[in-house]
Amino acid sequence: MGSLQRLGRWTLGVLERLGRGHLFLLRTLLAMGTLVRRPGLLLREIYSVGVLSLLIVAVSGLFVGMVLGYQGYITLVDFGAAEALGTVVALSLVRELGPVVTALLFAGRAGSALTAEIGLMKTTEQLSSMEMMAVDPYKRVIAPRFLAGVISMPLLAAIFSAVGVAGGYFIGVGVLGVDSGAYWSQMQASVDFHEDIMNGVIKSMVFGVVAAWIAVFEGYDATPTSEGVSRATTRTVVHTALAILALDFILTGLMFGDI
Amino acid sequence: MICARRWPPPFKPRIRTINPSPHKTPWIEIRDLHFARGERKIFDGLNITIPQGQVTAIMGPSGTGKTTLLRLIGGQLRPDHGQVLVEGQDVHRLSRRALYRLRRRMGMLFQSGALLTDLNVFDNVAFPIRENTRLPEPLVRNLVLMKLEAVGLRGAVSLMPSELSGGMARRVALARAIALDPLLMMYDEPFTGLDPITMGVIVSLIRRLNDALGMTSIVVSHDVAEASSIADWVYLISEGRVVDAGPPEQLRQDASDWSRQFLEGLPDGPVPFHYPAPDYQDDLMGGDTR
Repeated sequence: MGSLQRLGRWTLGVLERLGRGHLFLLRTLLAMGTLVRRPGLLLREIYSVGVLSLLIVAVSGLFVGMVLGYQGYITLVDFGAAEALGTVVALSLVRELGPVVTALLFAGRAGSALTAEIGLMKTTEQLSSMEMMAVDPYKRVIAPRFLAGVISMPLLAAIFSAVGVAGGYFIGVGVLGVDSGAYWSQMQASVDFHEDIMNGVIKSMVFGVVAAWIAVFEGYDATPTSEGVSRATTRTVVHTALAILALDFILTGLMFGDI
Repeated sequence: MICARRWPPPFKPRIRTINPSPHKTPWIEIRDLHFARGERKIFDGLNITIPQGQVTAIMGPSGTGKTTLLRLIGGQLRPDHGQVLVEGQDVHRLSRRALYRLRRRMGMLFQSGALLTDLNVFDNVAFPIRENTRLPEPLVRNLVLMKLEAVGLRGAVSLMPSELSGGMARRVALARAIALDPLLMMYDEPFTGLDPITMGVIVSLIRRLNDALGMTSIVVSHDVAEASSIADWVYLISEGRVVDAGPPEQLRQDASDWSRQFLEGLPDGPVPFHYPAPDYQDDLMGGDTR
């Protein structure tokens, strides 16, 4: 088979999967109505997807903030601008690292778990049995997990950023001796609510939709074998990471680059 | 030299006039069903009639599409051509809502049981009732206990699926499948992998439930003895078509060579034991070292 044919087959495969993914998203969105009548389904998934991811997100946020504190101080002190450490830490976290790193952590912790869970439900015929019991798996399984991911992501990103700022404070003020008042006042003066915080929130919401979509779709579309579920879980992490980084570039360009 | 024979070899099925229990109303009619997975044909003009109130066994070797047939009847798969009529309704022309309404009157016992692993036995059996009705919880509880009593597992209400043996899991799945008192029960290989005692329990449960609840049952199996012992009518399928059909006793007495080989479990016959291969002696004496 010629390389052109192989390329054509690969392209058609990618397009077909993209189409399936979009139809899947449409059916998931149409199934959301159930969650208004049965919020319990959603709350349970928010606990599983969001609350159980809190620890890894908070700990990571703390370390990232502390590293930013160190690196920022080392760079700024040469220019006699150590007081601007709060600004550097906060802007880095709120604009970029908060949404991006949280989304990557989300893909690794909650996204992979969602894919594996749904993939195993498919493998063990639990989804088929639901269909035969006249229960729509989109309403009962997919929609609650998808929406839980979409809701949890911005909240987790906010927690990541807040803990990161505290970590930067601990290193900058507590260890390296930056003035506490300067740390907070510089931050307050230069971080804009609409320009910085809201753009960060929008980013994390977009990342939440993409990460949750990929996770539930990969699970539902997994080949119903142990190898198939394993591959789907890997694809979730890889595809989410790539999608997040590419989207971050586009969104940053749109929000801050005056494109 | 590699034999050029096709596996399994083609045979000319002897299709007799199939008219199961003429006094019974047909509940399911499968007409000229064609279904393929990729290049591989699963059904090639399959015709089957399932009469109301009877236990119909559909038997055939592994890989003949028995489970696929149940999924086609349940509307989980779409045929390439042909019709599946349940109570006169073409399953594959129904809207999603109408299909789900129809499924409320169907129960299916999956080969694996397919219990929801995050729910205990009670909640598994209660699942279809809670999802499809608005019955008060005390009534749901009573219904669940009645269904579990019917399969002898009322004492296991609080166990998780991981704590059940294979046979127990299948009985719980059976209790769940009959939770909404279906008119049609479909059993996918219900006897596979069970010890003799559990198998006996499942065999008798299928027959008793069918008669007691006035259901119509389809048992898909390749366990000849067990399926024949409870079936009113048997269809033998192979190569995508019905090869033989009739009451079990009649099939045994008046079977084609192929059917006799299948029913009596003979190692060789129209379906040869050996997969096409090079000459045995040549193979042993060398040649290809793979």
